[in-house]
Amino acid sequence: MAWMAWTWPTAIFFMVIAALLAIFTILAIKFPETPRRGVLRIETTRGDRLFITLLGSAFINLAWLGIMGPGTQPWALAVCLAYAAAVFRWV
Amino acid sequence: MNKTLNNKAWFLVLPVLVLVAFSAVIPLMTVVNYSVQDTFGNNQFFWAGLEWFQEMLHEDRMWNALQRQLLFSAIILAIEVPLGVIVALNMPKSGIWSSFCLVVMSLPLLIPWNVVGTIWQIFGRVDIGLLGHTLAAMGIDYNYTQNVVDAWVTIIVMDVWHWTSLVALLAFAGLKSIPDAYYQAARIDQASRWKVFRYIELPKMSGVLMIAVLLRFMDSFMIYTEPFVVTGGGPGNATTLLSIDLVKMALGQFDLGPAAAFSLMYFLVILAISWVFYTVMTNLDKKGM
Repeated sequence: MAWMAWTWPTAIFFMVIAALLAIFTILAIKFPETPRRGVLRIETTRGDRLFITLLGSAFINLAWLGIMGPGTQPWALAVCLAYAAAVFRWV
Repeated sequence: MNKTLNNKAWFLVLPVLVLVAFSAVIPLMTVVNYSVQDTFGNNQFFWAGLEWFQEMLHEDRMWNALQRQLLFSAIILAIEVPLGVIVALNMPKSGIWSSFCLVVMSLPLLIPWNVVGTIWQIFGRVDIGLLGHTLAAMGIDYNYTQNVVDAWVTIIVMDVWHWTSLVALLAFAGLKSIPDAYYQAARIDQASRWKVFRYIELPKMSGVLMIAVLLRFMDSFMIYTEPFVVTGGGPGNATTLLSIDLVKMALGQFDLGPAAAFSLMYFLVILAISWVFYTVMTNLDKKGM
């Protein structure tokens, strides 16, 4: 695996995403749901909301990095968590 | 009656998963790893953190390439979609001429990208190309290697030539699926040609047109070979689209870290736009359009 140039931070990043996917798969099997319509007026399932959260978080992190610089990046994660809560509540 | 649930069928998608993992997921993970490190070759890497992302976010080069890319995609969509619909509306609906038109329309789609680029590269040359020579003979000062507008016109016309057929074929398929009863009803109501198009053909075609827009947008947003073969990104950087710039950075300069950060941002933009298109399409389907 040396050719993939792994680092611990990137490994943890992918492990978190894999864990999230696993958790949401188990949730979908244990607690089946019907899609709902939120503020975006589109039907979403939990998986869709997770995707919207992850994609939006990537853009939030990039915007934070571009505007605020790298020193305060953990705060971008705090914004992402608030964004995730909002997506799961209202989308 | 109770349905028998058997989730073992999920194992049937395993081969696809393995294939996608090898061809897409693992390479993408490697790009993520590269984006936070620096290398001087020899498979030795040094931690760089978010440096490359920050550098690329403040790099005019990437923003300029993105602007050119968006402009290119917007122009070719604005031309190819209406033109494809017009072509489809004018194609014979049945008989031998219909088959003939379908074959002729498919021809540009069968030509490999680099061959299309080479065809247009020669076609546009003033010394030996038919187009360039004819324009020069008409007194039009045309030179795609030196003039920015000429270079843009050439790559746009080339793309329109190559891909309008796809839109036309999709639109034609959409038109063929409209039952005759709709046209008969329109005739009874004495609907004009425009109204038949606006209220029958266009709504019935909207599904396939959405697919056409999605396909053409994604393809044009990732275009590399054709403009690279024709203009090489020039004159200057005038036709350096995103992927041309990315290849220059990754392979030409061997700046793997910045190129990886660049390609991840490129990927995110594509992912976001595809998601929007996909969501719009599936919602249109649910509304029964």
